[in-house]
Amino acid sequence: MISTNFDPIMFQAILPEILLVVLAGLALTLDLILPSERKASLGWIVAGGSLLILVLSMTLARPANQGELLWGGMIRFDWLSFIFEMVFIFSAGITSLFAMGYEAFSRRGEFYVLILVSTIGMCAMASAADLVMLYLAIETTSIPLYVLAGFIVRDNKSTESGFKYLLFGAMTSAVMLYGLSLLYGFSGTTNLYGLAAGVQNGHIPIVTLVGSLLLVLVGFGFKISAVPFHFWAPDVYDGAPTPVAGFLSTASKAAGFAVLVRVLLVAFPAIPRDWGAIAAALSVATMTLGNLLALTQRNIKRLLAYSSIAHAGYALIGVVAISQLGVSSVIYYLIAYLLTNLSAFGVVAAFGRITGSDEVASYDGLSRRSPGLALVMLIAFLSLAGMPPLGGFITKFFVFAAAVNSNLIWLAVIGVLNSIVGLYYYLTVLKHVYLYRSEDEEKPLPLPRSYVIAFAVLTIGIVLVGTIFAPWFNWATNAAMAIF
Amino acid sequence: MQFPVLSVIVFTPLVAGLLILLLPAERKTEVRAAALAAATIALFLSVWVYFSYDVAAGGYQFVEKIPWLPALGISYHVGVDGMNAPLVLLTGIVMFTGVLISWKIDDRPREFFAFLFVLATGVFGVFVTLDLFMLFFFYEIAVFPMYLLISIWGWKETREYAAMKLTLYLFIGSVIALVGALAMYFTSGMGTFDMLELQKASFSVGFQRFWFPFVFFGFAVLGGIFPFHNWSPDGHVAAPTAVSMFHAGVLMKLGAFAALRVGIMLLPEGAKFHMGWIILLALVNVVYGAFIASVQTDFKYVIGFSSVSHMGLVMMGFATLSKDGLIGSGVQMFSHGVMTALFFAVVGMVYDQAHTREIPRLGGVRKVMPLVAIAFIIGGLVSMGMPGFSGFIAEFPIFMGVWNTHPWIAIVAAVSIVITASYIIRVIGRVFFGAIPVEFEGHFSDVTVLDKVALVFLSAILVAIGIFPILMVPMVQSGVNSILHLLGGA
Repeated sequence: MISTNFDPIMFQAILPEILLVVLAGLALTLDLILPSERKASLGWIVAGGSLLILVLSMTLARPANQGELLWGGMIRFDWLSFIFEMVFIFSAGITSLFAMGYEAFSRRGEFYVLILVSTIGMCAMASAADLVMLYLAIETTSIPLYVLAGFIVRDNKSTESGFKYLLFGAMTSAVMLYGLSLLYGFSGTTNLYGLAAGVQNGHIPIVTLVGSLLLVLVGFGFKISAVPFHFWAPDVYDGAPTPVAGFLSTASKAAGFAVLVRVLLVAFPAIPRDWGAIAAALSVATMTLGNLLALTQRNIKRLLAYSSIAHAGYALIGVVAISQLGVSSVIYYLIAYLLTNLSAFGVVAAFGRITGSDEVASYDGLSRRSPGLALVMLIAFLSLAGMPPLGGFITKFFVFAAAVNSNLIWLAVIGVLNSIVGLYYYLTVLKHVYLYRSEDEEKPLPLPRSYVIAFAVLTIGIVLVGTIFAPWFNWATNAAMAIF
Repeated sequence: MQFPVLSVIVFTPLVAGLLILLLPAERKTEVRAAALAAATIALFLSVWVYFSYDVAAGGYQFVEKIPWLPALGISYHVGVDGMNAPLVLLTGIVMFTGVLISWKIDDRPREFFAFLFVLATGVFGVFVTLDLFMLFFFYEIAVFPMYLLISIWGWKETREYAAMKLTLYLFIGSVIALVGALAMYFTSGMGTFDMLELQKASFSVGFQRFWFPFVFFGFAVLGGIFPFHNWSPDGHVAAPTAVSMFHAGVLMKLGAFAALRVGIMLLPEGAKFHMGWIILLALVNVVYGAFIASVQTDFKYVIGFSSVSHMGLVMMGFATLSKDGLIGSGVQMFSHGVMTALFFAVVGMVYDQAHTREIPRLGGVRKVMPLVAIAFIIGGLVSMGMPGFSGFIAEFPIFMGVWNTHPWIAIVAAVSIVITASYIIRVIGRVFFGAIPVEFEGHFSDVTVLDKVALVFLSAILVAIGIFPILMVPMVQSGVNSILHLLGGA
């Protein structure tokens, strides 16, 4: 399967990454040569470039139905990696649109470059088929994100956020690296598919195997902000610039799921009971704790942080199901979640950049102050709560369906009970937006054009994902078949 | 291809709601006119569907089926039979009158009508869908706008509490039913959510008995079944008038109907096993609801609890699993829907003038609003089950069915008729007759023409069904026959 000779497919496999490097280089060059008053258009260039990359990749670099190991077994080119790559590039484009509303970085080329480099890392995470590649990809993703979280150096909260993220990230990635080295030591291979054979033939004692897997899961758990590795998320989201927080909570989390799904299902299909139990425990703890803690939040970014922790828990249900439907449901879930949460954080950015406040109470009267923004927020929050005809409903439905299909009815029940708790706090926020009055109702809340475009794309996307299921589901199923 | 009339009915409100949102916020008259136009179209089409349904042929008609997600057997599949055609008509009626009654709303009418219409789409969708997945899809669409409608435009004192309580109750019910529905889907092994197919799945008796309570109660929460009825009077009272009309008139039927369609029709063995004790719960609804209604001093709470009582009769008819009982329930869903919409409309009109709903403080409303008083009296007679009004056509078969299966329950339930009569007559006497209290002297004025149109329309329907039961009973009967077929009886 491992092809070493030149083959166009080798370039197809990394075409998105190549184009991202080109775009990053372009952004950097333009940053140098453009006069500073014209640098505001950098965001348009990056967003337009991302769109172009999406179109080019989808026309030129679609994988075959049968996945293939390429570049010496370092990466695997299949639908799973491809779909995740498209998702990451999309969210990078949207994030640059949101970044354009901020004085602090809309004219800073390095901001966009960091976003793009991080996206390259995520793409590599989605396709990594080798432990070394995996670790490199995770670090390529993380390091720019540490910088981005602390990007506003004059703001103590932002620098604190970046530093905290760095410390947590470094710690967990060290633990993960230890786990990876143990796996290599016991199996003698760094390739995931080779590892699977090693696990299969039973030469490795089960205790060591599960032990090393646990260490690796620490790193993945950090990426997807699963309990008990979630402590960083509220503080980092709160302090980081809002568009960065949105990027962290969506693309970065989806990347974590991409590696989680691939590593667990490709390398450890022989011991599903063991890691299934661990993942089930993670899932229950993550959604329950995330939802309960979100109940008491007064700051909308912290609330969204806990809500995004809870959503990681829901998505984990699909992983625990260990079935093709389960994996499809995870991917579909992440697509809808990504659109929804980007939109939610976009609203927070649009509101915070004018008012300077992220308190839930400051959203009083928003529906009178800016009916359009309030409607976008309504749609995003109801989608998070899992209401039709929005993306959140159908994807929750599939995740729970996958659980019931795998005879995990108890897990589905915990999931639905959690979604009720979720509904409560999402509605509480909407109550501020639609019900309460405030003195600021007459003050304007202008939306830059880039925000309007981003909101239009995201809102239409949320509705499309929630109503026209077939294409998305078939995509997700294609991706799932790359593993099963 | 046949004109997709059901889809047009389902999506007219939604499209209208979106168009309304695009209008500028300050053009309130245009917003109202657009809303009325959409409601008129929906009403007209639902009347057309109702009267062109071929009762002799029976079965599902106006069927449309579009595969939506073939991989999982989800399809957009709609159709009407004798059971849901009256409910579609009911929704059209309540939507139309609800728009007329809401003409006065001045706070963000654009958003109000948009949310109300999203709700209407959900309701129409649940009534006509034949796909289990789509049923949940539309059901949730029908539930969440309630929260916004009640909490934004509701009665200031209790709206936040009542809206949240209602939403959480209904959401809990629906997600529990959802787990049951998923269990059905995977256990059947047929890979389809089509309810007509799932009816043929031979689930084991044990499976049916285990899952029936989850599915039935999950939906029956919205039907207001005891002991999960608690959200409903609070919700009715807190909601603005049109939403109370929708809520008591249509949404509670949604719960009862879904409990019938998913619970009884897909799990008939479970229904046979559990109905013995569910009928007792329904009895509590009927009698206890009536008692509580009779001791309320708030006009709107009286009507709210009377809904609990009357919905108990619907559940009771279901629980007999007999022909008479089911026919009665089918008609009762329609009759109570129109009646309670009328009641809430009246309550809203009185409140708008008096700014109080305390029965002891009111009086003499008849003198300034004669038509309102007449409408309320007609509603009251329906509520008491007086012959010549639709309530009789509905309640008489229910009592017959109950008498045949559980005579003692019929006797106890009959007490409720007496209690109902007592509180209705008390309200009529206190609120509409007597002298106008001094504090309201000169403050009362008659209702608008639009209000009158709504009242006359609703009253006329109640009388028409009462005098000409042939307009509805044969149709419901044809629907009931297919349910009895599933239950294995004749």
